[in-house]
Amino acid sequence: MIEFRSVTKRFAGGSVAVDNLNLTVEDGSFTVFVGPSGCGKTTSLRMINRMLDPSEGKILIDGKDVHEGDPARLRLGIGYVIQHAGLFPHRTVLDNIATVPRLAGWTKAKARSRAGELLELVGLDASMAKRYPAQLSGGQQQRVGVARALAADPPILLMDEPFSAVDPVVREGLQDELLRLQSELDKTIVFVTHDIDEAIKLGEKVAVFRVGGVLAQYAEPAELLARPADDFVAGFVGRDRGYRALGFLPASQLPVGELATIIEGATIAQTRAVLHDGWAVVVDRNGKPIGWAEESRLHGQDPAATLSEDLLHAGGSLYQADGGNLRSALDAALSSPSGRGVAVDADGAVTGAVLADDVLAALARARNDGEVRS
Amino acid sequence: MNWFLNHIDLIVEKTGQHLVISLLPVLFGLIISLPLGWLAGRNPIARAVLIPVSALLYTIPSLAMFVFLPLILGTQIIDPVNVIVALTIYTVSLLVRAIADALSVVDASILAAATAMGYRPARRFLAVELPLAVPVLISNLRVATVSNISLATVGSVIGIEGLGKLFSEGFQRQNLDEIVTGVVLVVVLALIIDLVLQLVGRAITPWTRTAVKS
Ligand SMILES: Nc1ncnc2c1ncn2[C@@H]1O[C@H](COP(=O)(O)OP(=O)(O)OP(=O)(O)O)[C@@H](O)[C@H]1O
Ligand SMILES: [Mg+2]
Repeated sequence: MIEFRSVTKRFAGGSVAVDNLNLTVEDGSFTVFVGPSGCGKTTSLRMINRMLDPSEGKILIDGKDVHEGDPARLRLGIGYVIQHAGLFPHRTVLDNIATVPRLAGWTKAKARSRAGELLELVGLDASMAKRYPAQLSGGQQQRVGVARALAADPPILLMDEPFSAVDPVVREGLQDELLRLQSELDKTIVFVTHDIDEAIKLGEKVAVFRVGGVLAQYAEPAELLARPADDFVAGFVGRDRGYRALGFLPASQLPVGELATIIEGATIAQTRAVLHDGWAVVVDRNGKPIGWAEESRLHGQDPAATLSEDLLHAGGSLYQADGGNLRSALDAALSSPSGRGVAVDADGAVTGAVLADDVLAALARARNDGEVRS
Repeated sequence: MNWFLNHIDLIVEKTGQHLVISLLPVLFGLIISLPLGWLAGRNPIARAVLIPVSALLYTIPSLAMFVFLPLILGTQIIDPVNVIVALTIYTVSLLVRAIADALSVVDASILAAATAMGYRPARRFLAVELPLAVPVLISNLRVATVSNISLATVGSVIGIEGLGKLFSEGFQRQNLDEIVTGVVLVVVLALIIDLVLQLVGRAITPWTRTAVKS
Protein backbone atom coordinates (compact mmCIF):
# COMPACT_ATOMS: atom_id res chain seq x y z
CA MET A 1 0.00 0.00 0.00
CA ILE A 2 1.30 3.44 -0.96
CA GLU A 3 -0.09 6.41 0.95
CA PHE A 4 0.33 10.09 0.15
CA ARG A 5 -0.36 12.07 3.32
CA SER A 6 -0.85 15.81 2.79
CA VAL A 7 2.02 15.84 0.31
CA THR A 8 3.02 19.20 -1.16
CA LYS A 9 5.95 19.74 -3.50
CA ARG A 10 7.31 23.20 -4.19
CA PHE A 11 10.21 23.72 -6.55
CA ALA A 12 12.86 26.41 -6.18
CA GLY A 13 11.23 29.59 -7.43
CA GLY A 14 8.12 28.80 -5.42
CA SER A 15 5.99 27.04 -8.05
CA VAL A 16 3.73 24.43 -6.49
CA ALA A 17 3.90 21.20 -8.50
CA VAL A 18 1.81 19.05 -6.12
CA ASP A 19 -0.66 20.61 -3.74
CA ASN A 20 -1.69 18.81 -0.55
CA LEU A 21 -2.11 15.38 -2.10
CA ASN A 22 -3.93 12.73 -0.08
CA LEU A 23 -4.30 9.41 -1.84
CA THR A 24 -3.95 5.70 -1.12
CA VAL A 25 -2.88 3.11 -3.68
CA GLU A 26 -4.02 -0.35 -2.64
CA ASP A 27 -1.75 -3.39 -2.83
CA GLY A 28 -2.00 -5.24 -6.12
CA SER A 29 -4.00 -2.47 -7.78
CA PHE A 30 -3.41 -0.73 -11.07
CA THR A 31 -3.64 3.01 -10.45
CA VAL A 32 -3.32 5.64 -13.16
CA PHE A 33 -2.38 9.29 -12.63
CA VAL A 34 -3.83 11.32 -15.47
CA GLY A 35 -4.11 15.02 -16.23
CA PRO A 36 -2.92 17.79 -18.53
CA SER A 37 0.77 18.58 -18.97
CA GLY A 38 2.41 20.15 -15.95
CA CYS A 39 -0.21 19.03 -13.43
CA GLY A 40 2.34 17.23 -11.24
CA LYS A 41 1.92 13.58 -12.30
CA THR A 42 5.63 12.91 -12.77
CA THR A 43 6.49 14.85 -9.64
CA SER A 44 4.02 12.76 -7.61
CA LEU A 45 5.38 9.53 -9.06
CA ARG A 46 9.00 10.45 -8.42
CA MET A 47 8.34 11.20 -4.79
CA ILE A 48 7.39 7.54 -4.28
CA ASN A 49 10.91 6.27 -5.04
CA ARG A 50 12.53 9.42 -3.64
CA MET A 51 13.85 10.72 -6.91
CA LEU A 52 12.26 13.84 -5.42
CA ASP A 53 11.43 14.63 -1.80
CA PRO A 54 8.18 16.27 -0.68
CA SER A 55 8.35 19.81 0.68
CA GLU A 56 5.60 18.95 3.14
CA GLY A 57 3.80 15.82 4.20
CA LYS A 58 4.98 12.25 3.81
CA ILE A 59 4.68 9.14 1.72
CA LEU A 60 4.28 5.74 3.33
CA ILE A 61 4.84 2.34 1.76
CA ASP A 62 3.25 -0.43 3.81
CA GLY A 63 2.97 2.02 6.69
CA LYS A 64 6.66 2.95 6.63
CA ASP A 65 7.81 6.48 5.76
CA VAL A 66 9.93 6.22 2.60
CA HIS A 67 12.09 8.95 4.03
CA GLU A 68 13.46 6.64 6.70
CA GLY A 69 16.23 4.48 5.38
CA ASP A 70 18.47 4.34 2.36
CA PRO A 71 17.04 5.57 -0.97
CA ALA A 72 19.12 3.14 -3.06
CA ARG A 73 17.72 0.16 -1.10
CA LEU A 74 14.20 1.51 -1.41
CA ARG A 75 14.61 1.78 -5.20
CA LEU A 76 15.78 -1.81 -5.58
CA GLY A 77 12.25 -2.81 -4.53
CA ILE A 78 10.48 -0.43 -6.92
CA GLY A 79 10.53 -1.00 -10.68
CA TYR A 80 10.66 2.14 -12.80
CA VAL A 81 9.81 2.51 -16.49
CA ILE A 82 10.01 5.78 -18.42
CA GLN A 83 9.23 7.13 -21.86
CA HIS A 84 11.83 5.97 -24.44
CA ALA A 85 12.60 3.21 -21.90
CA GLY A 86 15.85 4.88 -20.67
CA LEU A 87 17.82 1.76 -21.58
CA PHE A 88 21.60 1.75 -21.20
CA PRO A 89 22.96 2.12 -24.75
CA HIS A 90 26.25 0.41 -23.85
CA ARG A 91 24.71 -2.79 -22.52
CA THR A 92 23.10 -5.63 -24.42
CA VAL A 93 19.40 -6.26 -23.97
CA LEU A 94 20.13 -9.16 -21.63
CA ASP A 95 22.51 -7.13 -19.47
CA ASN A 96 20.07 -4.23 -19.38
CA ILE A 97 17.43 -6.54 -17.96
CA ALA A 98 19.92 -8.08 -15.53
CA THR A 99 20.81 -4.66 -14.06
CA VAL A 100 18.71 -4.66 -10.90
CA PRO A 101 19.38 -8.30 -9.94
CA ARG A 102 23.11 -7.52 -10.30
CA LEU A 103 22.70 -4.44 -8.09
CA ALA A 104 20.87 -6.59 -5.57
CA GLY A 105 23.92 -8.82 -5.41
CA TRP A 106 22.93 -11.78 -7.59
CA THR A 107 25.70 -13.61 -9.45
CA LYS A 108 26.13 -12.74 -13.11
CA ALA A 109 24.98 -16.20 -14.23
CA LYS A 110 21.83 -16.14 -12.09
CA ALA A 111 20.99 -12.57 -13.12
CA ARG A 112 21.38 -13.43 -16.79
CA SER A 113 19.26 -16.53 -16.63
CA ARG A 114 16.57 -14.51 -14.87
CA ALA A 115 16.90 -11.86 -17.60
CA GLY A 116 16.35 -14.59 -20.19
CA GLU A 117 13.08 -15.58 -18.48
CA LEU A 118 11.90 -11.98 -18.50
CA LEU A 119 12.72 -11.53 -22.16
CA GLU A 120 10.29 -14.34 -22.83
CA LEU A 121 7.72 -12.99 -20.36
CA VAL A 122 7.48 -9.68 -22.21
CA GLY A 123 7.16 -11.47 -25.53
CA LEU A 124 10.59 -10.90 -27.05
CA ASP A 125 12.54 -13.49 -28.97
CA ALA A 126 15.67 -14.95 -27.34
CA SER A 127 17.64 -13.81 -30.39
CA MET A 128 17.23 -10.21 -29.15
CA ALA A 129 19.30 -10.93 -26.03
CA LYS A 130 22.66 -10.02 -27.54
CA ARG A 131 21.50 -6.87 -29.32
CA TYR A 132 22.12 -3.35 -28.16
CA PRO A 133 19.12 -1.05 -27.52
CA ALA A 134 19.83 0.96 -30.70
CA GLN A 135 19.12 -2.22 -32.67
CA LEU A 136 15.53 -2.48 -31.40
CA SER A 137 12.32 -0.78 -32.51
CA GLY A 138 10.65 1.67 -30.11
CA GLY A 139 8.06 -0.91 -29.07
CA GLN A 140 10.72 -3.56 -28.45
CA GLN A 141 12.76 -1.10 -26.37
CA GLN A 142 9.70 -0.38 -24.27
CA ARG A 143 9.23 -4.11 -23.65
CA VAL A 144 12.85 -4.38 -22.55
CA GLY A 145 12.21 -1.42 -20.24
CA VAL A 146 9.32 -3.28 -18.64
CA ALA A 147 11.38 -6.48 -18.38
CA ARG A 148 14.21 -4.56 -16.73
CA ALA A 149 11.83 -3.03 -14.19
CA LEU A 150 10.39 -6.44 -13.34
CA ALA A 151 13.68 -8.35 -13.18
CA ALA A 152 14.17 -8.38 -9.42
CA ASP A 153 10.44 -9.03 -8.92
CA PRO A 154 9.71 -5.75 -7.08
CA PRO A 155 6.26 -5.50 -5.47
CA ILE A 156 5.78 -1.98 -6.87
CA LEU A 157 6.05 -0.78 -10.46
CA LEU A 158 6.16 2.92 -11.37
CA MET A 159 5.58 3.79 -15.03
CA ASP A 160 5.88 7.33 -16.40
CA GLU A 161 4.23 7.63 -19.82
CA PRO A 162 5.94 4.40 -20.87
CA PHE A 163 4.00 4.04 -24.12
CA SER A 164 3.51 7.61 -25.29
CA ALA A 165 6.45 7.60 -27.71
CA VAL A 166 5.33 4.54 -29.71
CA ASP A 167 2.77 4.58 -32.51
CA PRO A 168 -0.90 3.93 -31.64
CA VAL A 169 -1.06 0.38 -32.98
CA VAL A 170 2.06 -0.75 -31.11
CA ARG A 171 0.84 1.13 -28.04
CA GLU A 172 -2.39 -0.82 -27.97
CA GLY A 173 -0.45 -4.08 -28.13
CA LEU A 174 1.79 -2.98 -25.27
CA GLN A 175 -1.22 -1.96 -23.19
CA ASP A 176 -2.88 -5.36 -23.68
CA GLU A 177 0.39 -7.07 -22.83
CA LEU A 178 0.73 -5.02 -19.66
CA LEU A 179 -2.78 -5.97 -18.57
CA ARG A 180 -1.98 -9.62 -19.20
CA LEU A 181 1.27 -9.33 -17.21
CA GLN A 182 -0.54 -7.62 -14.36
CA SER A 183 -3.15 -10.39 -14.21
CA GLU A 184 -0.28 -12.87 -13.81
CA LEU A 185 2.04 -10.89 -11.56
CA ASP A 186 -0.31 -8.89 -9.37
CA LYS A 187 2.02 -5.91 -8.81
CA THR A 188 1.08 -2.59 -7.30
CA ILE A 189 1.32 -0.39 -10.39
CA VAL A 190 1.27 3.39 -10.54
CA PHE A 191 1.07 4.49 -14.17
CA VAL A 192 1.30 8.08 -15.42
CA THR A 193 -0.30 9.22 -18.68
CA HIS A 194 -1.93 12.31 -20.14
CA ASP A 195 -4.17 10.15 -22.32
CA ILE A 196 -7.60 9.66 -20.71
CA ASP A 197 -8.39 6.70 -22.99
CA GLU A 198 -5.25 4.93 -21.82
CA ALA A 199 -6.13 5.74 -18.21
CA ILE A 200 -9.62 4.31 -18.55
CA LYS A 201 -8.42 1.22 -20.38
CA LEU A 202 -5.67 0.35 -17.91
CA GLY A 203 -6.67 1.74 -14.54
CA GLU A 204 -8.60 -0.01 -11.83
CA LYS A 205 -8.47 3.36 -10.12
CA VAL A 206 -7.80 6.66 -11.89
CA ALA A 207 -6.53 9.84 -10.22
CA VAL A 208 -7.32 12.94 -12.31
CA PHE A 209 -5.01 15.89 -11.57
CA ARG A 210 -5.56 19.47 -12.59
CA VAL A 211 -2.87 22.09 -13.22
CA GLY A 212 -1.47 23.34 -9.94
CA GLY A 213 -1.03 19.79 -8.71
CA VAL A 214 -4.51 19.40 -7.24
CA LEU A 215 -6.18 16.01 -7.21
CA ALA A 216 -9.56 16.59 -8.88
CA GLN A 217 -11.02 13.09 -8.55
CA TYR A 218 -9.84 9.64 -7.57
CA ALA A 219 -12.23 6.91 -8.59
CA GLU A 220 -12.83 3.81 -10.67
CA PRO A 221 -13.09 4.51 -14.41
CA ALA A 222 -16.83 3.75 -14.60
CA GLU A 223 -17.48 6.12 -11.71
CA LEU A 224 -15.32 8.79 -13.34
CA LEU A 225 -17.35 8.59 -16.55
CA ALA A 226 -20.71 8.30 -14.80
CA ARG A 227 -20.18 10.93 -12.13
CA PRO A 228 -17.34 13.35 -12.86
CA ALA A 229 -16.70 15.35 -9.68
CA ASP A 230 -16.73 18.73 -11.43
CA ASP A 231 -16.68 20.50 -14.77
CA PHE A 232 -12.91 20.10 -15.10
CA VAL A 233 -13.09 16.31 -14.82
CA ALA A 234 -16.18 16.20 -17.06
CA GLY A 235 -14.33 18.23 -19.68
CA PHE A 236 -11.19 16.14 -19.33
CA VAL A 237 -12.88 12.77 -19.67
CA GLY A 238 -14.56 14.24 -22.73
CA ARG A 239 -17.86 15.01 -24.40
CA ASP A 240 -18.22 11.41 -25.54
CA ARG A 241 -18.04 10.11 -22.00
CA GLY A 242 -21.70 8.96 -22.23
CA TYR A 243 -20.68 6.74 -25.10
CA ARG A 244 -17.56 5.59 -23.22
CA ALA A 245 -19.62 4.90 -20.11
CA LEU A 246 -21.49 2.33 -22.18
CA GLY A 247 -18.29 0.31 -22.02
CA PHE A 248 -18.93 -0.33 -18.33
CA LEU A 249 -22.57 -1.43 -18.64
CA PRO A 250 -23.16 -5.14 -19.35
CA ALA A 251 -24.78 -6.15 -22.63
CA SER A 252 -26.60 -9.02 -20.93
CA GLN A 253 -29.47 -6.63 -20.05
CA LEU A 254 -30.31 -6.14 -23.76
CA PRO A 255 -33.21 -7.97 -25.40
CA VAL A 256 -31.71 -10.26 -28.07
CA GLY A 257 -34.12 -10.49 -31.00
CA GLU A 258 -34.66 -13.12 -33.68
CA LEU A 259 -32.19 -13.16 -36.55
CA ALA A 260 -32.58 -15.01 -39.84
CA THR A 261 -29.52 -17.16 -40.56
CA ILE A 262 -28.58 -19.37 -43.49
CA ILE A 263 -25.66 -21.77 -43.69
CA GLU A 264 -22.99 -21.16 -46.34
CA GLY A 265 -23.37 -23.27 -49.46
CA ALA A 266 -27.15 -22.83 -49.59
CA THR A 267 -28.81 -21.91 -52.90
CA ILE A 268 -30.21 -18.49 -53.79
CA ALA A 269 -33.74 -19.86 -53.46
CA GLN A 270 -33.13 -21.34 -50.00
CA THR A 271 -31.63 -18.06 -48.87
CA ARG A 272 -34.51 -15.94 -50.18
CA ALA A 273 -36.93 -18.20 -48.30
CA VAL A 274 -35.45 -17.38 -44.87
CA LEU A 275 -34.90 -13.61 -45.28
CA HIS A 276 -36.41 -11.53 -42.50
CA ASP A 277 -37.22 -7.93 -43.48
CA GLY A 278 -35.04 -8.56 -46.53
CA TRP A 279 -31.92 -9.64 -44.62
CA ALA A 280 -30.22 -12.82 -43.36
CA VAL A 281 -26.83 -13.59 -41.86
CA VAL A 282 -24.80 -16.25 -43.65
CA VAL A 283 -22.95 -18.47 -41.17
CA ASP A 284 -20.33 -21.19 -41.46
CA ARG A 285 -20.77 -24.74 -40.08
CA ASN A 286 -19.82 -23.53 -36.58
CA GLY A 287 -22.46 -20.80 -36.66
CA LYS A 288 -19.90 -18.01 -37.07
CA PRO A 289 -21.10 -15.10 -39.24
CA ILE A 290 -19.56 -14.63 -42.70
CA GLY A 291 -21.65 -11.74 -44.08
CA TRP A 292 -25.12 -10.49 -44.84
CA ALA A 293 -27.42 -11.58 -47.68
CA GLU A 294 -29.90 -8.94 -48.89
CA GLU A 295 -33.03 -9.38 -51.04
CA SER A 296 -32.13 -6.59 -53.48
CA ARG A 297 -28.88 -8.36 -54.38
CA LEU A 298 -30.41 -11.82 -54.71
CA HIS A 299 -33.32 -10.65 -56.83
CA GLY A 300 -32.84 -11.80 -60.44
CA GLN A 301 -30.12 -14.36 -59.64
CA ASP A 302 -30.47 -17.99 -60.74
CA PRO A 303 -32.54 -19.55 -57.88
CA ALA A 304 -30.73 -22.91 -58.19
CA ALA A 305 -27.23 -21.41 -58.01
CA THR A 306 -25.21 -21.57 -54.81
CA LEU A 307 -25.07 -18.26 -52.96
CA SER A 308 -21.58 -16.95 -53.70
CA GLU A 309 -19.61 -14.81 -51.30
CA ASP A 310 -19.32 -11.82 -53.63
CA LEU A 311 -23.10 -11.34 -53.39
CA LEU A 312 -22.79 -10.73 -49.62
CA HIS A 313 -22.45 -7.47 -47.68
CA ALA A 314 -19.44 -7.48 -45.35
CA GLY A 315 -20.57 -7.83 -41.76
CA GLY A 316 -20.13 -5.16 -39.09
CA SER A 317 -18.54 -5.65 -35.69
CA LEU A 318 -19.95 -8.30 -33.32
CA TYR A 319 -20.70 -8.25 -29.63
CA GLN A 320 -20.91 -10.93 -26.99
CA ALA A 321 -24.38 -11.21 -25.50
CA ASP A 322 -22.91 -12.49 -22.23
CA GLY A 323 -19.76 -10.77 -21.06
CA GLY A 324 -19.88 -7.97 -23.66
CA ASN A 325 -20.84 -4.38 -22.91
CA LEU A 326 -23.32 -1.85 -24.29
CA ARG A 327 -20.58 -0.01 -26.16
CA SER A 328 -19.68 -3.01 -28.28
CA ALA A 329 -23.43 -3.75 -28.75
CA LEU A 330 -24.00 -0.21 -30.02
CA ASP A 331 -20.95 -0.48 -32.29
CA ALA A 332 -22.34 -3.75 -33.64
CA ALA A 333 -25.74 -2.23 -34.39
CA LEU A 334 -24.34 0.92 -35.97
CA SER A 335 -21.78 -0.89 -38.12
CA SER A 336 -24.20 -3.56 -39.39
CA PRO A 337 -25.41 -3.08 -43.00
CA SER A 338 -28.89 -4.26 -41.94
CA GLY A 339 -29.07 -2.08 -38.82
CA ARG A 340 -29.19 -5.21 -36.66
CA GLY A 341 -26.15 -5.77 -34.44
CA VAL A 342 -25.09 -9.42 -34.42
CA ALA A 343 -24.88 -11.02 -30.97
CA VAL A 344 -22.57 -14.00 -30.58
CA ASP A 345 -21.80 -16.43 -27.78
CA ALA A 346 -18.38 -17.04 -26.24
CA ASP A 347 -17.43 -19.29 -29.17
CA GLY A 348 -18.35 -16.65 -31.72
CA ALA A 349 -21.55 -18.37 -32.95
CA VAL A 350 -24.54 -16.17 -33.80
CA THR A 351 -27.24 -16.06 -31.11
CA GLY A 352 -29.46 -13.18 -32.28
CA ALA A 353 -29.65 -9.50 -33.11
CA VAL A 354 -29.92 -6.20 -31.27
CA LEU A 355 -31.16 -2.83 -32.49
CA ALA A 356 -29.44 0.49 -31.78
CA ASP A 357 -32.71 1.76 -30.29
CA ASP A 358 -32.65 -1.03 -27.72
CA VAL A 359 -29.11 -0.04 -26.68
CA LEU A 360 -30.11 3.59 -26.36
CA ALA A 361 -33.17 2.57 -24.33
CA ALA A 362 -30.87 0.61 -22.01
CA LEU A 363 -28.65 3.70 -21.70
CA ALA A 364 -31.68 5.83 -20.83
CA ARG A 365 -32.66 3.33 -18.11
CA ALA A 366 -29.09 3.41 -16.73
CA ARG A 367 -29.27 7.20 -16.61
CA ASN A 368 -32.55 7.11 -14.74
CA ASP A 369 -31.03 4.67 -12.28
CA GLY A 370 -28.06 7.02 -11.82
CA GLU A 371 -25.52 4.58 -13.27
CA VAL A 372 -24.54 7.16 -15.88
CA ARG A 373 -24.64 10.92 -15.53
CA SER A 374 -26.47 12.70 -18.34
CA MET B 1 70.68 3.86 -41.93
CA ASN B 2 74.04 2.43 -40.92
CA TRP B 3 74.03 4.50 -37.79
CA PHE B 4 70.61 3.10 -36.98
CA LEU B 5 71.68 -0.53 -37.41
CA ASN B 6 74.83 -0.05 -35.36
CA HIS B 7 72.98 1.51 -32.46
CA ILE B 8 69.88 -0.71 -32.13
CA ASP B 9 70.58 -1.31 -28.42
CA LEU B 10 70.84 2.39 -27.71
CA ILE B 11 67.70 3.10 -29.70
CA VAL B 12 65.67 0.43 -27.89
CA GLU B 13 66.85 1.81 -24.57
CA LYS B 14 65.96 5.38 -25.45
CA THR B 15 62.58 4.33 -26.84
CA GLY B 16 61.79 2.48 -23.60
CA GLN B 17 62.76 5.50 -21.53
CA HIS B 18 60.73 7.73 -23.77
CA LEU B 19 57.65 5.56 -23.40
CA VAL B 20 57.96 5.62 -19.61
CA ILE B 21 58.29 9.39 -19.33
CA SER B 22 55.50 10.09 -21.81
CA LEU B 23 52.94 7.36 -21.03
CA LEU B 24 53.13 7.18 -17.22
CA PRO B 25 51.92 10.81 -17.12
CA VAL B 26 48.92 9.83 -19.27
CA LEU B 27 47.98 7.19 -16.71
CA PHE B 28 48.55 9.46 -13.71
CA GLY B 29 46.81 12.33 -15.47
CA LEU B 30 43.78 10.18 -16.20
CA ILE B 31 43.55 8.99 -12.60
CA ILE B 32 43.73 12.59 -11.33
CA SER B 33 41.41 14.05 -13.97
CA LEU B 34 38.56 11.58 -13.52
CA PRO B 35 37.45 12.81 -10.07
CA LEU B 36 38.23 16.44 -10.98
CA GLY B 37 36.30 16.21 -14.26
CA TRP B 38 33.43 14.49 -12.50
CA LEU B 39 33.34 17.27 -9.89
CA ALA B 40 33.52 19.96 -12.57
CA GLY B 41 30.74 18.23 -14.49
CA ARG B 42 28.24 18.23 -11.64
CA ASN B 43 29.13 21.26 -9.54
CA PRO B 44 29.04 24.71 -11.22
CA ILE B 45 31.34 26.27 -8.61
CA ALA B 46 33.94 23.52 -9.04
CA ARG B 47 33.63 23.96 -12.79
CA ALA B 48 34.17 27.71 -12.55
CA VAL B 49 37.45 27.10 -10.71
CA LEU B 50 38.79 23.89 -12.27
CA ILE B 51 38.30 24.60 -15.95
CA PRO B 52 40.12 27.98 -16.13
CA VAL B 53 42.87 26.84 -13.76
CA SER B 54 43.55 23.67 -15.76
CA ALA B 55 43.52 25.64 -19.01
CA LEU B 56 46.03 28.08 -17.51
CA LEU B 57 48.41 25.24 -16.59
CA TYR B 58 48.69 24.27 -20.23
CA THR B 59 50.05 27.71 -21.11
CA ILE B 60 53.16 27.30 -18.93
CA PRO B 61 56.09 26.63 -21.30
CA SER B 62 57.44 23.11 -20.86
CA LEU B 63 61.05 24.17 -20.43
CA ALA B 64 60.09 26.57 -17.65
CA MET B 65 58.17 23.75 -16.01
CA PHE B 66 61.17 21.38 -16.20
CA VAL B 67 63.41 24.02 -14.66
CA PHE B 68 61.11 25.18 -11.88
CA LEU B 69 59.67 21.82 -10.79
CA PRO B 70 62.94 20.68 -9.10
CA LEU B 71 62.76 23.82 -6.93
CA ILE B 72 59.26 22.89 -5.82
CA LEU B 73 59.73 19.12 -5.62
CA GLY B 74 63.27 19.20 -4.20
CA THR B 75 64.45 16.83 -6.96
CA GLN B 76 67.68 16.85 -8.97
CA ILE B 77 67.35 18.81 -12.20
CA ILE B 78 68.00 15.74 -14.39
CA ASP B 79 65.59 13.51 -12.42
CA PRO B 80 62.99 12.03 -14.85
CA VAL B 81 60.39 12.60 -12.11
CA ASN B 82 60.40 16.26 -13.15
CA VAL B 83 59.32 15.40 -16.66
CA ILE B 84 56.76 12.89 -15.44
CA VAL B 85 55.21 15.44 -13.08
CA ALA B 86 55.24 18.15 -15.74
CA LEU B 87 53.61 15.98 -18.37
CA THR B 88 51.06 14.76 -15.81
CA ILE B 89 50.12 18.39 -15.22
CA TYR B 90 49.65 18.94 -18.97
CA THR B 91 47.58 15.78 -19.23
CA VAL B 92 45.36 16.89 -16.37
CA SER B 93 44.92 20.29 -17.93
CA LEU B 94 43.75 18.67 -21.16
CA LEU B 95 41.57 15.98 -19.63
CA VAL B 96 39.67 17.80 -16.85
CA ARG B 97 37.66 19.80 -19.30
CA ALA B 98 37.29 16.87 -21.71
CA ILE B 99 35.97 14.59 -18.97
CA ALA B 100 33.59 17.26 -17.67
CA ASP B 101 32.26 17.73 -21.20
CA ALA B 102 32.13 14.01 -22.00
CA LEU B 103 30.10 13.36 -18.85
CA SER B 104 27.76 16.26 -19.49
CA VAL B 105 26.63 14.84 -22.84
CA VAL B 106 25.41 11.60 -21.25
CA ASP B 107 21.60 11.60 -21.54
CA ALA B 108 20.04 12.83 -18.29
CA SER B 109 17.09 10.45 -18.60
CA ILE B 110 19.45 7.47 -18.72
CA LEU B 111 21.15 8.67 -15.56
CA ALA B 112 17.78 9.22 -13.88
CA ALA B 113 16.79 5.68 -14.88
CA ALA B 114 20.02 4.36 -13.37
CA THR B 115 19.41 6.19 -10.11
CA ALA B 116 15.81 5.00 -10.02
CA MET B 117 17.01 1.42 -10.37
CA GLY B 118 19.10 1.72 -7.23
CA TYR B 119 22.57 2.79 -8.38
CA ARG B 120 24.50 4.78 -5.78
CA PRO B 121 26.45 7.75 -7.20
CA ALA B 122 29.94 6.17 -7.25
CA ARG B 123 28.83 2.90 -8.81
CA ARG B 124 26.64 4.75 -11.29
CA PHE B 125 29.68 6.79 -12.32
CA LEU B 126 31.78 3.71 -12.99
CA ALA B 127 29.06 1.53 -14.52
CA VAL B 128 27.05 4.02 -16.57
CA GLU B 129 28.51 7.51 -16.92
CA LEU B 130 32.12 6.55 -17.55
CA PRO B 131 31.47 3.86 -20.18
CA LEU B 132 29.13 6.20 -22.04
CA ALA B 133 31.81 8.92 -21.95
CA VAL B 134 34.49 6.58 -23.34
CA PRO B 135 34.23 7.62 -27.02
CA VAL B 136 34.84 11.30 -26.19
CA LEU B 137 37.36 10.37 -23.53
CA ILE B 138 39.44 8.24 -25.90
CA SER B 139 39.71 10.95 -28.50
CA ASN B 140 41.02 13.39 -25.88
CA LEU B 141 43.32 10.78 -24.46
CA ARG B 142 44.81 10.39 -27.94
CA VAL B 143 45.51 14.13 -28.11
CA ALA B 144 47.12 14.12 -24.66
CA THR B 145 49.26 11.07 -25.47
CA VAL B 146 50.59 12.38 -28.76
CA SER B 147 51.25 15.73 -27.13
CA ASN B 148 53.19 14.02 -24.31
CA ILE B 149 55.30 11.94 -26.68
CA SER B 150 56.34 15.11 -28.43
CA LEU B 151 56.80 17.26 -25.29
CA ALA B 152 58.93 14.59 -23.63
CA THR B 153 61.70 15.31 -26.14
CA VAL B 154 62.14 18.79 -24.63
CA GLY B 155 63.47 17.13 -21.45
CA SER B 156 66.65 16.19 -23.29
CA VAL B 157 67.69 19.86 -23.25
CA ILE B 158 68.21 19.60 -19.52
CA GLY B 159 69.64 16.11 -19.75
CA ILE B 160 66.62 13.83 -19.31
CA GLU B 161 66.91 10.43 -21.07
CA GLY B 162 64.61 9.55 -23.96
CA LEU B 163 64.44 9.82 -27.74
CA GLY B 164 65.06 13.58 -27.41
CA LYS B 165 68.58 12.67 -26.45
CA LEU B 166 69.13 11.39 -29.99
CA PHE B 167 68.61 14.78 -31.46
CA SER B 168 70.21 16.88 -28.73
CA GLU B 169 73.33 14.66 -28.81
CA GLY B 170 73.19 14.26 -32.56
CA PHE B 171 73.17 18.03 -32.80
CA GLN B 172 76.24 18.34 -30.57
CA ARG B 173 78.04 15.63 -32.52
CA GLN B 174 76.79 17.04 -35.82
CA ASN B 175 75.45 13.54 -36.62
CA LEU B 176 72.58 13.95 -39.07
CA ASP B 177 71.69 10.21 -39.04
CA GLU B 178 71.20 10.32 -35.29
CA ILE B 179 68.99 13.42 -35.50
CA VAL B 180 66.85 11.95 -38.27
CA THR B 181 66.52 8.64 -36.43
CA GLY B 182 65.34 10.51 -33.33
CA VAL B 183 62.77 12.58 -35.18
CA VAL B 184 61.41 9.66 -37.20
CA LEU B 185 61.15 7.45 -34.12
CA VAL B 186 59.20 10.08 -32.19
CA VAL B 187 56.74 10.44 -35.05
CA VAL B 188 56.40 6.68 -35.55
CA LEU B 189 55.96 6.10 -31.84
CA ALA B 190 53.24 8.75 -31.68
CA LEU B 191 51.43 7.21 -34.65
CA ILE B 192 51.60 3.69 -33.23
CA ILE B 193 50.40 4.64 -29.75
CA ASP B 194 47.63 6.73 -31.30
CA LEU B 195 46.52 3.77 -33.40
CA VAL B 196 46.62 1.44 -30.39
CA LEU B 197 44.44 3.82 -28.40
CA GLN B 198 42.04 4.11 -31.29
CA LEU B 199 41.75 0.32 -31.55
CA VAL B 200 41.33 -0.09 -27.80
CA GLY B 201 38.61 2.55 -27.92
CA ARG B 202 36.79 0.65 -30.67
CA ALA B 203 37.12 -2.65 -28.85
CA ILE B 204 35.56 -1.36 -25.63
CA THR B 205 32.68 0.49 -27.30
CA PRO B 206 30.99 -2.14 -29.50
CA TRP B 207 27.60 -0.46 -29.02
CA THR B 208 28.67 2.61 -30.99
CA ARG B 209 28.88 0.60 -34.20
CA THR B 210 25.47 -1.06 -34.10
CA ALA B 211 23.28 -0.57 -37.12
CA VAL B 212 20.08 1.25 -36.26
CA LYS B 213 17.07 -1.07 -36.10
CA SER B 214 16.75 -4.53 -37.50
N1 LIG C 1 13.02 20.30 -11.42
C1 LIG C 1 12.04 21.22 -11.49
N2 LIG C 1 12.27 22.50 -11.14
C2 LIG C 1 11.29 23.42 -11.20
N3 LIG C 1 10.02 23.16 -11.59
C3 LIG C 1 9.73 21.90 -11.94
C4 LIG C 1 10.71 20.87 -11.92
N4 LIG C 1 10.13 19.72 -12.32
C5 LIG C 1 8.85 20.02 -12.59
N5 LIG C 1 8.60 21.33 -12.35
C6 LIG C 1 7.31 22.00 -12.52
O1 LIG C 1 6.36 21.33 -11.73
C7 LIG C 1 5.13 21.21 -12.43
C8 LIG C 1 4.73 19.75 -12.51
O2 LIG C 1 5.67 19.06 -13.32
P1 LIG C 1 5.52 17.51 -13.66
O3 LIG C 1 6.72 17.12 -14.42
O4 LIG C 1 5.21 16.75 -12.43
O5 LIG C 1 4.25 17.53 -14.62
P2 LIG C 1 3.55 16.34 -15.41
O6 LIG C 1 2.16 16.27 -14.92
O7 LIG C 1 4.37 15.11 -15.31
O8 LIG C 1 3.55 16.91 -16.89
P3 LIG C 1 3.82 16.20 -18.29
O9 LIG C 1 2.54 15.54 -18.69
O10 LIG C 1 4.16 17.33 -19.19
O11 LIG C 1 4.95 15.24 -18.09
C9 LIG C 1 5.32 21.86 -13.77
O12 LIG C 1 4.78 23.16 -13.72
C10 LIG C 1 6.82 21.90 -13.94
O13 LIG C 1 7.20 23.01 -14.69
MG1 LIG D 1 5.51 13.98 -16.72
